[in-house]
Amino acid sequence: MAKFGKEFAKGIIISNPVFVLALGLCPALAISNSIDNALGMTLAVLIVLLGANVIISLIRRFVPDITRIPIFIVIIATLVTVVNLIFHARFPDLYESLGIYLPLVVVNCIILGRAEAFASKNPIINSIADALGITTGFMTALLMISFLRQMLGTGSMEVFGIHFFDLPVLKDHPIVMFILPPGAFLIIGLLMALFRRTGVLK
Amino acid sequence: MSEFATIFIGMVLINNFILMRFLGLCPFFGVSKKLGSAISMGVAVTFVMTIASIVTWIIHHYILLPSDIAYMQIVIYILVIATLVQIIELFIKKTNANLYFAFGIYLPLITTNCAVLGITLVNASEGYSFSQSVVASLGAGLGFTLVLAIMSGIREKLELANTPKSMRGLPIAFIVATLLGLAFQGFGGMI
Repeated sequence: MAKFGKEFAKGIIISNPVFVLALGLCPALAISNSIDNALGMTLAVLIVLLGANVIISLIRRFVPDITRIPIFIVIIATLVTVVNLIFHARFPDLYESLGIYLPLVVVNCIILGRAEAFASKNPIINSIADALGITTGFMTALLMISFLRQMLGTGSMEVFGIHFFDLPVLKDHPIVMFILPPGAFLIIGLLMALFRRTGVLK
Repeated sequence: MSEFATIFIGMVLINNFILMRFLGLCPFFGVSKKLGSAISMGVAVTFVMTIASIVTWIIHHYILLPSDIAYMQIVIYILVIATLVQIIELFIKKTNANLYFAFGIYLPLITTNCAVLGITLVNASEGYSFSQSVVASLGAGLGFTLVLAIMSGIREKLELANTPKSMRGLPIAFIVATLLGLAFQGFGGMI
């Protein structure tokens, strides 16, 4: 059980996929303009990563070394198709706003990276812990970025239609740049520098 | 004709793949230190994007749609692109050795480049016709090359600049991308 905890915790800080490994930047930047989108993308990544890690960990003894990458990619692509169909049927609004970034989860380096570096070498329990930890790290990063972008770019905090608070001046005069693409680059660059400065990450 | 110009300019400047759609960020932050290699990478990506667009358009309209299996799009596209890159690599190796050495290691890297899968998905979701897809992929490739080349020039200057310690490396590259993105945002009014 201690091993499970260790594998889980590692993904959140020490090897945070976005801030430390700089993997999965494309979704982290593209859909972090609102907290709704960030949570939707996290759910998609959770399903695909957990599924891929479990399946790959189970079949790791039968997969010939030379064809492993194509096999992993087909497994991941199948899971992404499943997630696409689920989102299309259950959360049509989220499906609309995630757009092409939902199918693009298939080329998200985090997922193939974990399959190759972890799940293909480790037993199933550790692979589950790894998937959960990495997804939590991904979610932490996404929530930080999208919280700042939504707050500065719209001046109000609304998650799935529930209204939390408004900021006094920004509500009437939001800094629109932050919900536009350049704002994503700015926030992630500043957060990375801040983490290095304060020594949270090396 | 103006419809093609709109798509082309839109892909190069307004919906630039790197700065506005965040596709192909790995080569943007990784490869782009020398102008020469940035341009080779850009040309290789443009080439593969265009061929991938043509092949996936044909598959989408003559196989997936008639058989009513459009939901298989993701699996089919990723397999087609991976195979295509291998075939293109073999073909170039056999027919044009100079070109092969010019592309070098960049060709195999392209399989995992989200820009290639991105353009095929954009073509499908926008419902572009065959010629529109070709124009769109050429535009997207040119925009990708342009930004990669600009970034390589800035990187060369950055090497000599006295950047604060915690900003060195990736953070400052993100800030540069912000400024480039803001400049490109200005093109939004063109169409």
